[in-house]
Amino acid sequence: MTGFFQSGPVHVALAAGAVTAVVSGVVGVLVVVRGQSFAGHALGDLGTLGGSGAFLAQVSPLWGFVGVGAVVAGAMELFGVQRRRGRDVATGVVLGAALGVSALLLYLDTTSTSTAGATVTVLFGSLFAASPASVPEMAGLGALGLVALAVVYRPLLLSSVHPELASARGVPVRSVAFGFLVLVGVTVSLTSMVVGTILSPALLVGPAACALRVSRRPPVAMVVAAGVGLAATWAGVALAYASYRWPPSHSGWPISFFIVAIVFVAFLAVELPSRIRRRRAPGGA
Amino acid sequence: MSAATGTRTGVPPNAEAALRLEGVSVALSGRRVLDDVSFAVERGEFVGIIGANGAGKTTVFRVVLGLLPAGGGTVERPRRHIGYVPQKVAIDPDTPLRARDLVTLGIDGERFGIRLPSRARRARVEEMIEAVGAGRFADARVGTLSGGELQRVLIAHALVGEPTLLIMDEPLANLDIKSGHEIVELVARLTHERGLAALLSAHDMNALLPHMDRVVYLADGRAVSGTTGEVVRSDVLSELYRYPVRVLEVDGTVLIVGGHEVRVR
Repeated sequence: MTGFFQSGPVHVALAAGAVTAVVSGVVGVLVVVRGQSFAGHALGDLGTLGGSGAFLAQVSPLWGFVGVGAVVAGAMELFGVQRRRGRDVATGVVLGAALGVSALLLYLDTTSTSTAGATVTVLFGSLFAASPASVPEMAGLGALGLVALAVVYRPLLLSSVHPELASARGVPVRSVAFGFLVLVGVTVSLTSMVVGTILSPALLVGPAACALRVSRRPPVAMVVAAGVGLAATWAGVALAYASYRWPPSHSGWPISFFIVAIVFVAFLAVELPSRIRRRRAPGGA
Repeated sequence: MSAATGTRTGVPPNAEAALRLEGVSVALSGRRVLDDVSFAVERGEFVGIIGANGAGKTTVFRVVLGLLPAGGGTVERPRRHIGYVPQKVAIDPDTPLRARDLVTLGIDGERFGIRLPSRARRARVEEMIEAVGAGRFADARVGTLSGGELQRVLIAHALVGEPTLLIMDEPLANLDIKSGHEIVELVARLTHERGLAALLSAHDMNALLPHMDRVVYLADGRAVSGTTGEVVRSDVLSELYRYPVRVLEVDGTVLIVGGHEVRVR
């Protein structure tokens, strides 16, 4: 086994992880502020469809994630998945149907390649197996996403605070929301590359949730979220690398496990003290 | 209180109005919500728009803001943006936005792209925060403010862009009596100091009475507008509400009370 810093797959994992952590931290803050964690979750689930389809077509899962993510995000906004009633129906019917098709595609993936690799890669990610070519692709998508966010930032923030306040000022609230959800779709496809579709919401929402506990301004929260995501991802890569010497099989633990576990611990670390403080505060809610 | 002789003036002639509605009608899904509504608000004037729930107050605002097209009649409104404070703003306590940031969004929150902070903008925000008396909680998260504090911040947000017209939808709905009076006094002062035209809606006009220059009364989609003395009378209000309403004067303060059970001790 070569050293950590000499390993090609480690370089790819660190670079892809860094791009993803920064973009998902920045976008995730607005996802949480807008109360769209559910949409992020749904987009992750639906990404399974794109990822498994891409596997069958033998193209990078990234393009499957992006294609499905952007299209579905647009459709979700059009059909009003944000509204609670629409959300219930969409969850039961559309997500179920999409996951059913995903199950079929994953089965076909597995039978055509006669390994279980596709299922694990799509659902839980396998960053060490990502191709070096995917790094510039992910970086390009991420940069595009950040530029798009910078363009809609102020109207988006205003309409997140109060949609009517924004539309009274002439903000095209629905178009802004539509554009943002497509951006969330692209971001989830990046996080799906790192931790897989099932865990992708954790990397989108987790660092942002930590950041919102400790910062009072959106730009600060974005930087903190990106930092938490980056620390978790890189530490996850390092631990996964070290875990090749660990029992039971000496074949390495999944990176996604470490990343999501670290994000969860970070969330507990900021959440618990503030809960305890609130409980101790006299008459505190 | 002077009892004017029943003349219900709609739009005062030759006034320099910041807002003027003439014969505005709106139908929503076949139902007439506004029927031939006319009134005007001049600069420096504090106008209350009063009416029961469902009388059409919010519809009037939506027409004025351009969110709803008027089916008939004309609406003259400022070309520059209108300062607007919506009804029942609830902001999540976790929203990472200080009161100061919300006021800053009032300058150009509708523009695309990002803007780097500048000293001039910061000074403008600071001046506005002082003007509404929000200095003490300017750095608190907006979601943690009390109802009265949030109203002050929303007023600063609405006014920092220097509009000529300020519209507030039920600003007193969530406030206790003291905070309500403070907000009304603040708006009345800003109206006169800055030559604003202010239009506030309320279903209970007691808090507005001492400061109101004119009243627009809405009932069943029809409006009666006039000076406070012309409209705030037991007979006029009872007819509008189709319910006994009495205008009382207690220790020099005018009070409006409804129902048969009212007794004056």
